[in-house]
Formats: sequence, structure tokens, C-alpha cells
Amino acid sequence: MSVDTKSILIKPIFSNNPIGLQILGVCSALAVTTSLRVAIVMCVALTVVTACSNFFIAMVRNYMPSSIRIIIQMTIIATLVIAVDQLLQAFAYGISKQLSVFVGLIITNCIVMGRAEAFAMKNPPGISFLDGIGNGLGYSVVLLTVATIRELFGSGSLFGIEILPLVSNGGWYQPNGLMLLAPSAFFIIGFLIWALRTKRVEQVEKDEFHIAPHTIAEASH
Amino acid sequence: MEHYLSLFVRSVFVENMALQMFLGMCTFLAVSKKVETAVGLGVAVIVVQAITVPVNNLLFQFLLSDGALAWAGLPDLDLSFLGFLCYIGVIAAIVQVLEMVLDKFMPALYNALGVFLPLITVNCAIMGASLFMVERAYTFPESVVYGTGAGVGWALAIAAMAGVREKLKYSDVPKGLRGLGITFITTGLMSLGFMSFSGLSL
Repeated sequence: MSVDTKSILIKPIFSNNPIGLQILGVCSALAVTTSLRVAIVMCVALTVVTACSNFFIAMVRNYMPSSIRIIIQMTIIATLVIAVDQLLQAFAYGISKQLSVFVGLIITNCIVMGRAEAFAMKNPPGISFLDGIGNGLGYSVVLLTVATIRELFGSGSLFGIEILPLVSNGGWYQPNGLMLLAPSAFFIIGFLIWALRTKRVEQVEKDEFHIAPHTIAEASH
Repeated sequence: MEHYLSLFVRSVFVENMALQMFLGMCTFLAVSKKVETAVGLGVAVIVVQAITVPVNNLLFQFLLSDGALAWAGLPDLDLSFLGFLCYIGVIAAIVQVLEMVLDKFMPALYNALGVFLPLITVNCAIMGASLFMVERAYTFPESVVYGTGAGVGWALAIAAMAGVREKLKYSDVPKGLRGLGITFITTGLMSLGFMSFSGLSL
């Protein structure tokens, strides 16, 4: 049991990462990563919503008719997101303004729906809760890595504290403006996936076409 | 008129849903392998955006916003916290209704779009457009223009992406980068291209 629990928590972080392998929940991963503080709030919000929605959906899984299950799942998730959004507006208004629509978009975040459908519909509440936390952590790992790179190289700081002294403040670091713009997020995630798959070869996708080996060298003889 | 045209251009190019706002990425990456299917999905998204954003706008103005229920004798009621639940309900319902209407009256179009319609409910570009519309307090005509523009922008992006990916599958990409990795980097390059529109205004 304990081994099982551990693997449910740990597995989504590297070997079955929701962003890297399952291509779920990418949208917000890209949009909220210009500063680390905002990214952490987003991670906590998503992990809480995924874990709780998994828990509640697993609780009612035996009572809902399968024809209307999507709408029930949506309602549960939307309610949780409203609770999170209201809490953020009450206690962290600045960050909630910075996150703007992306808190609301947790509803359509595929990680939440995907885990509800794939895991919580088949498993008891306790385990489902852990699965939600595990997947939330897997998402957080990617999000925080991207946010660290973008904030460090884009504005020379982490959590708003200056790490690399900027030229404009008399230091030596010329900030890389591209890091704060949209394209850099795509590049960083692309390279992260590359790194992850070089380490774990079994995740490499099968090619649709195989390139035939060169034959020109032989032909010239 | 000029105002609406400028809003349209801005929502298609400058604030492109997929490439600048990162919305609808999951479907964008999963369904962009073939141009034909990508265009089908793009058209479906345009239709759904053009309907849901104005409907959600009306819903917000006349039911949810602060004091909107004054006509019912409840001037102090502010239901805006129910927004998320209502918008997603509206989107799911409209997608369902659209599916039935198309099935009945336009079977050819229904067959072309069939598979993609249910996918659209969970496409964050749709939900995102509704949320942006509320955040920026668009009026009803503005919301019609914005919804259509956002849909067109997304469709444009996915069609272009599918075109690139169709060619890309013949190329010899480094092993670990195959599939998802190279798709992300290509999207990044396209997003870089779309950034050149950022100063555009009419």
C-alpha cells in the first residue's frame, strides 16, 4: 500500500509528467511564468483544485449516470475554482489581478478534467486525492522551472529580489527582453521536453516516417 | 465602424489567442497534424466563439453584474462570482445545441466537424475569450466583433501550424526533440513572427 501510494505521488512528477508527456494543461504553463511569485500561486491553486476535484468526483463516482458525468465534473470543478478565485481576491488581490483570467481558466485546464476522467472515476477518494496532488506537483515542477529561467534571465531577479545586478542599476547584466515575451516560453518548454526525453529514452515519440539511409556514397563507386 | 475594425484586427493578429495569449494550446498541439482537420476545427471554433462570447456578454450585463438584477427588485445583488459556472454552462449548452442543429439541418457540415465539436467545450480559447470580454467590459457589439476575431485568429494559427507540421514530418529531427519538442519550438518561432504585428493599429 505504502509503495503504491508513493508511486502515485511521485510518478507524475518525472516519468509521467502531465505537461511533458501527456500534453495537458499547457496554456497556463506558458502564460503565468514571467514571474516566480505569480507562478507559485498558480501552482498552489491548480494543485488544490486538482486534488479536491479528484476527491469529490471519486466520492460521487458510483452515483452519477455516465451520460451526464461531464457536466457534473464541470460543475464540481467550476465551484472549486470559484472558491479559489474568491480566496485569492480576498487575500492576495495584487497577484489575483496579475493572474487575471488564468485562475478562471483552471476550469478548462485539461489536467483537472483529464485526471477526473482517467483516475477519479475508477478509484476511491483517498487515492484520487493523492493522484491529484501528484499531478499538481508534476505541473508545478515544469511551471517553476520555466518561471525561474524566465524571471532570472528576463529581469535578473527571483521573487522580485535582484540576483544578477542590472546594467540600469550600475551592475553588469543586460536583461534579455525576449525572456519576458511569449515566444521564449515555447522555446523553454520545447528544450525542457528535449532534455527530459534525452534522459528517459522510452518517452521519445515514434516517427511516422523513417528516413532511408544515404546511398549516394555507394552509387559513386 | 473604425473602432470595431480596429478591435477585430487587434483580436486576430495582435492578441492572437493561440500564439500571444497561449490559449487553447492543448487542442492546438494535439489536432494540428493535418491541414484538413485543423481547418475543420478552426471553423468550428470561429462559429462557437462568435455565438458564446455575445451570449455570455448578455448574461453578464443583465443577470450577473453588480446591480443588474434591479429590474427584479434586487438592486444590491452582485452575482458576478457565479460567472465561471455560468460561462462554462453556456459554452457546454451552446456546443450541444449547435451539434444538434447542425446534425438536423446541415448534415454535410456536421459530418465535417462532428468529432471536433465536443472537444471545443474544453478548449480554453473559448472560455478565455469570454473571461477577457468580462474583464475588459466590452459592450454587446464589441463582444460580437471580439468573439469573431478571437475565433478567426485561433483558426488562422492552427491552420498555419498544421501546414508547417505536414512538411516537418519528413525532416530529420534530433531524437529527443521529435514530436512534441519540435512542435513547441516551431510554435515559438511562429509566435515570434506574430509579434511583428504588435504595433499594428488602424
